[in-house]
Amino acid sequence: MTSDVSTTSGGSTATNEAVPKAPSAASARRLQIARLRDLALVPAIIVIAIVGYFVNPVFLSSQNLVNILQTMAEIGLLVLAQTLVLIAGKMDLSLESTFGLAPGLAAWLIVEPGVTHGLGAVPGWAGVPITLAVGAVIGLINGLLIVRFRLHGFVVTLGMLIVLRGLLTGISGGQTFFGLPSSMMYLGSTVWLGVPVSVYVCFALFALGIVALGYTRVGRSLYAIGGNADAARAAGIRTDRVLWAVLIVASMLAALGGLMLSGRLASVAAAQGDGAIFTVFAAAVIGGVSLNGGKGTVFGAFTGILLLYVIQNVLTLAGVPAQWIAALNGAIILCALIISRITSGRAQE
Amino acid sequence: MSPEPLVEAVHVTKRYGTTVALRDAGILVRPGATHALVGRNGAGKSTLVSILTGLQAPDEGTVSFEGEPAPPLGDRDAWRRRVACVYQKSTIIPELTVAENLFLNRHPGAPLIKWSALRRDAAELLATWDVAVDVTRPAGELSVEQRQLVEIARALSYDARLIILDEPTAQLDGPAINRLFDRMRGLQERGVTFLFISHHLEEIYRVCDEVTVFRDAQHIVTGSVAELPPADLVSAMTGDATALTRRAARPPLPAGTPAVLEVQDLDGVSFQVRAGEVVGLAGSGGSGKKEIAEAVAGLRRPRAGSIRVGGTPLKPGSVPASLAAGVGLVPQDRHHEGFVPDLSIAENLTMTVPRRLGRFGTISRKRRDRLAHTLIDELAVKTPGPDLPVSALSGGNQQKVVMGRALANDPKLLVLIQPTAGVDVRSKETLLGVVDKVRENGTGVLVASDELDDLRTCDRVVVLFQGRQVAEFGSDWSDHDLVAAMEGLNSDDE
Repeated sequence: MTSDVSTTSGGSTATNEAVPKAPSAASARRLQIARLRDLALVPAIIVIAIVGYFVNPVFLSSQNLVNILQTMAEIGLLVLAQTLVLIAGKMDLSLESTFGLAPGLAAWLIVEPGVTHGLGAVPGWAGVPITLAVGAVIGLINGLLIVRFRLHGFVVTLGMLIVLRGLLTGISGGQTFFGLPSSMMYLGSTVWLGVPVSVYVCFALFALGIVALGYTRVGRSLYAIGGNADAARAAGIRTDRVLWAVLIVASMLAALGGLMLSGRLASVAAAQGDGAIFTVFAAAVIGGVSLNGGKGTVFGAFTGILLLYVIQNVLTLAGVPAQWIAALNGAIILCALIISRITSGRAQE
Repeated sequence: MSPEPLVEAVHVTKRYGTTVALRDAGILVRPGATHALVGRNGAGKSTLVSILTGLQAPDEGTVSFEGEPAPPLGDRDAWRRRVACVYQKSTIIPELTVAENLFLNRHPGAPLIKWSALRRDAAELLATWDVAVDVTRPAGELSVEQRQLVEIARALSYDARLIILDEPTAQLDGPAINRLFDRMRGLQERGVTFLFISHHLEEIYRVCDEVTVFRDAQHIVTGSVAELPPADLVSAMTGDATALTRRAARPPLPAGTPAVLEVQDLDGVSFQVRAGEVVGLAGSGGSGKKEIAEAVAGLRRPRAGSIRVGGTPLKPGSVPASLAAGVGLVPQDRHHEGFVPDLSIAENLTMTVPRRLGRFGTISRKRRDRLAHTLIDELAVKTPGPDLPVSALSGGNQQKVVMGRALANDPKLLVLIQPTAGVDVRSKETLLGVVDKVRENGTGVLVASDELDDLRTCDRVVVLFQGRQVAEFGSDWSDHDLVAAMEGLNSDDE
């Protein structure tokens, strides 16, 4: 759009003085455009919200809005995690299984044997540290296989997805863990000023993600690695170390998200998180994150997941039978992709 | 008299397994003297570059900068302060802005990056070196020329005063090459020294002061450019006295030879290629030569005009129709459109002719390998066999495979776009020799190129400038006139 500005001069010394000035005007415009692209989904969310209000005034009730945000918060952490991994040029399918296994393993160790399959071997306060530690260990294993041994990330995490899901089914005997300790319930069930703690956590982590990826060298190095790993290495970025860190942080975020869901439901089902990865990818891509790496923003991913959940809520309020929601969800994802293809004008591959 | 050398490598040996990439080789670059490094593919140039830039350590021998030993490999910053290389392959990150690429991993501001300072610093840096590029653009939008300038500026910002240019002109058109050379001279005056790697000998005479020749992993000769005439340089590179000879004049085609290609008013360009005739389509980048050639091959749908191959009109914009009409194409960018790197030579060679390999959509391995063997012999592709993946071949041999793919169809018309870009001297000879052979069999050849050596094989040369047909030469053109016409300077031919 503003490309004409930079191609006008062939580099003669006469334009020396004009050089720093001309781009600054263009840069302001370009920044606006970049910001607009980030906000691309906001009008859509507002339109859907207005439609939702006319469909059913309950939509704008604070209780309903809090409900949307709370259910979104849990999956939202998966989206945040996947966004980090995608920007760095990798994929992590195993996040959805980590989402279930991490709190599941903690529950298994803590819950008394009488209730379900619990061992009762560990005191209740250890629930949160164990959950996060399980996430970290899974991230380490992913890192070991992908970064250290150079296995294909997609296939490694697909294998991990199946293994981790199987582990959760194994330790739980396919059943649901009940009677969680209060420490594991806190994030999902405590309410501050009418809003569950999980919503605060989700918003805080997204805000942190926006700052980290937009304004820190480590964050920018994710874009560099995802865009051109060789160039990143040549610029002195320790690409392996950053990838390890990203995979570990992503798994820990998934574990935390799972913990928030378990806290809300006061249980860990053997199928917790099953199939969530598709919604996660869809939200990230709708939000402008590229599956090829190096492109997208945390804020965009946030609007992506928000849009999906608002639409889903409106459909429910409109009385669409639950059995049909999945089909509509898929259609929404496709429509969103088509629209973003048209508005960005670029092939997505 | 001579100051401390900027960089000196002595007695360097480097082995990869059993292959010796460099054998007791060396180079000495003096400050302020643009130094050319030439040699055929496999001569050890790339290995030397990776040793000079600290990406690899030599097995034997030493590297020193201004008399001091080179820093350890792990100290990337120290290397970056001494030397930088602009590779053919881009080392920028396309999704990030130019500004961020310039200051990657050294963004101003900690812990939080100051974006306004980053943009200001980047704009200042580019202004210092007279690079007119908007720093807020995504780097992926830059042209090859702009990308190289940005990479040079980035290297200079690390205080490196030795810059290695690895075949910088391979992807540039004529005017862009001139601008690059002007800039090299300008930077030279400001104390920057270049080590220039190129396949094009004439470029070395235009811009370099000294030249070093490598052959078969060894240092052959170093000397002042003025003291090494082209013939000596070529023989130093090839080891024998083969030079790019001017082809003998051919007898004119008999009158009434049918035209294999008739281009009528195609976006304002009209010409014919007769059977057995080699016609050049000359012009720099943006002249429209590539577009015309691609339209003939069916890769592009022309806006106006008609194309007839062998007398019948061609369905516009259809590659299968062009193939069926007997058009063979050697595309401009071999990596992009020329071959599938991980498939074998045989599969690549026969990709255009599945129908000749078996019936009902099946492919007979035996027939395929037989056809592949014929083509490999014809083109002198250096390979142990037809099963090797094309990615394992050198650039020149890859281009031979692309040529073979076009010939597999026994084309009536062969279309070549920049056929010898990034190809060493010997392979160039072979490729152009194939053109001669093909034409003797009555095939028409269209060569779209701005490379004078490519155009020397032509019976006629049609010159395009900014989409217009500006001149036509017979086979007796002089370099000066042709180049002038391509640059749009030739007004008396209008």
